[in-house]
Amino acid sequence: MSGWILIGILCVSTLVGTKLLKEVPRLLHTPLMSGMNALSGITVLGAMVVLGHAMEAGHRAVAAAAAVLAAVNVVGGFVVTGRMLRMFSRKER
Amino acid sequence: MTGGFETGISLTQALAFLAVGGVLLGIRWMSSPRTAVWGNYLSAFCMAVFITLTLVEQNLLAAGWVWGALAAGAVFGLALGLRVRMIQMPEMVALLNGFGGGASACVAWLELRALEGPGEPAVRLAAGLGIVVGAATLSGSLVAAAKLARLMPQRPLRWSGMPAANSVLALLLLAGLVCTALLPDSGLRCVSTCLGLVALAAGTLVVLRVGGADMPIAISLLNSLSGVAAAFAGFALRHFVLVAVGGIVGASGLVLTQIMCRAMNRHIGDILAGRTTTAAPPESAPPPEAPPPAAEPRARPGLPEAVAALRNAAKVILVPGYGMAVAQAQQQVKALFDRLEEAGKEVCFAIHPVAGRMPGHMHVLLAEVQIPYERFIEMEAANPLFPSADVAVAIGANDVINPAANTAEGTPIYGMPILDVAAARQIVICNLDAAPGYAGVPNPLYTREDTMLLFGDARQTVGDLVAGLAASA
Repeated sequence: MSGWILIGILCVSTLVGTKLLKEVPRLLHTPLMSGMNALSGITVLGAMVVLGHAMEAGHRAVAAAAAVLAAVNVVGGFVVTGRMLRMFSRKER
Repeated sequence: MTGGFETGISLTQALAFLAVGGVLLGIRWMSSPRTAVWGNYLSAFCMAVFITLTLVEQNLLAAGWVWGALAAGAVFGLALGLRVRMIQMPEMVALLNGFGGGASACVAWLELRALEGPGEPAVRLAAGLGIVVGAATLSGSLVAAAKLARLMPQRPLRWSGMPAANSVLALLLLAGLVCTALLPDSGLRCVSTCLGLVALAAGTLVVLRVGGADMPIAISLLNSLSGVAAAFAGFALRHFVLVAVGGIVGASGLVLTQIMCRAMNRHIGDILAGRTTTAAPPESAPPPEAPPPAAEPRARPGLPEAVAALRNAAKVILVPGYGMAVAQAQQQVKALFDRLEEAGKEVCFAIHPVAGRMPGHMHVLLAEVQIPYERFIEMEAANPLFPSADVAVAIGANDVINPAANTAEGTPIYGMPILDVAAARQIVICNLDAAPGYAGVPNPLYTREDTMLLFGDARQTVGDLVAGLAASA
C-alpha cells in the first residue's frame, strides 16, 4: 500500500477517533486508557509478520520478544478493561 | 468482493477495514457506561479478527514460534489483568504503555535490519521514528511505573548536567534519524541499534524529572506515544491496520493529555522540560492567610462536632482525594455514604479530574466498592452545588480543594481549577495531618476557625464518623 494512502488512512482514523474519544465521559477514562493499551498491542501483527520472515536466530528472538510484549498488552489490556467496565455496568439497586 | 475496487483490495484487506470500523464503533460505545462493556468486547473481537487474518495471510498457521510467543504473552497478560488491583491501575497502564512501545520499537528495528531491501528514505525514516518513539516510550514508561509504584522517589530527579545531557541526546537522535534515511544499507544496522539505545536514555531522563503530581499527564502522553510508535512501525511495514489503530491510540492519549493539562492548568511543554511541580519556594512558606495566634494549641472542632453536623445536614457532598485511596478507606467511605443515604440525606461525590493518579482513577476506585456512579459529579457540575450543601467532607483531598490555587501566585497550584469546598456551609476535613499536599502549598481551610479537622488515617477517621452516626441514630 502506498505511503500516501497510508497517510490518508492515518488522518481519517485519527480524526474520527478524536471525535469519538471526546465523547467518552471522565467516568470511563481509566478503562479507556487500559483499552488503548490493548489496542496499542496491534503491533503484534507487525511482530507476527517479522517473526514469520526472520531468518537469523537473533532476529527471531527479538521478533518473538516483540510478539510476547504485544500479546501481553492485548490480553492484559482487554481483561483489565473488562473488569473495570463490569463494575460500572452493575445494575444499580 | 474485490470486483468493485479499482485499487485491487483483497478480501483480507476488506475484512481488516471492516474490523478497523469495528474498533471505532467500540470507542463510540465507550461513551456510555451501559454500552461500554460491549465496546470492549467488540474491540477484543476485532483484535482477534486482525490476528486471524494475519495468521492466514502470512501463512503462519503452522509457525510454532508465532503460536508460542502469542500463547506466552496471552498467559502473562491474563495473569496480570486478573490479578492487578484497582489502586494499581496507573502502574499497570504505565507498564503496558511501555510494553506496547517496546514491541513497536523491536518491530521497527527488525524492519530496518532483517527484511530484505529497506526501501526508500521515507520508509526508513518511519522505521527510525518507530524505534525512537517506541524505545523512549518503553524506558519512560518503566520509570513512570516505578515512580507510581513508589519503587522510586516521587519528586523530580535532576542534576546540574541534565539539560546538557538532554541536548546531546536530542542532537544524537536527530543525526541518527537523518543517517537512517540516507545511509546505505551496510551502515543501517549499526545506526538502528544506536538509535534505540539513545532513545532509551532520552525517555528515561525525560520522565525522571516529572514529579509525582504530574504523573497523570505523563502516563496519558506515554499512552499516546505507544500508539504513535505502532503507527510508525505500520508505515515501515506498509501495514495499514497498524497505522490506523496506532493513530487512534495516539489520538486517545493526546485527548486525555489535553484534558488533564487543562484540569491542572499545566502546559505539556513545561512538564517535559522539567518545569515541574516542586515544593513551594521557601520564601512563600508562611502564607498571609495564617494569622500567628492560630498556631497556639486550642480546642478545634473535631469528631463530635463533625458527627453532629452530618446528623443535622440535609445535603452532604463527599470529596474524595488520593489520600483516601492511599489509606484504602474506600469501604469506610462506602459505609459513610450508605449511612447518610439511609438517614434520608442527599449525598453525592464531587470528583476533581486529578483526584486519582490517572484520568478517571477515582471513579474506578469508588465504583469498585459499589458506590453507584450516578452519584459521581464532575468538578464543573459540582462547584455550583457547594453553596447549597450543608456539609462538605473532604477525605484525603488537599491540593484539589486548596483555595490558595486561586490566590497564591507563583506556587505550583496557582491557577489550577479547584473544588469549591470553601463555599459549603460547614467543612469536615479528614486528612493524615495538617501538612501541605503534594504541591507543597499550605491550605488556608485548615486554619479556618470553623473547619472540623479529623487528623489521622482516613480508614480510622471515616470509620469514627460512621460509628458516631450509628451511635447517635
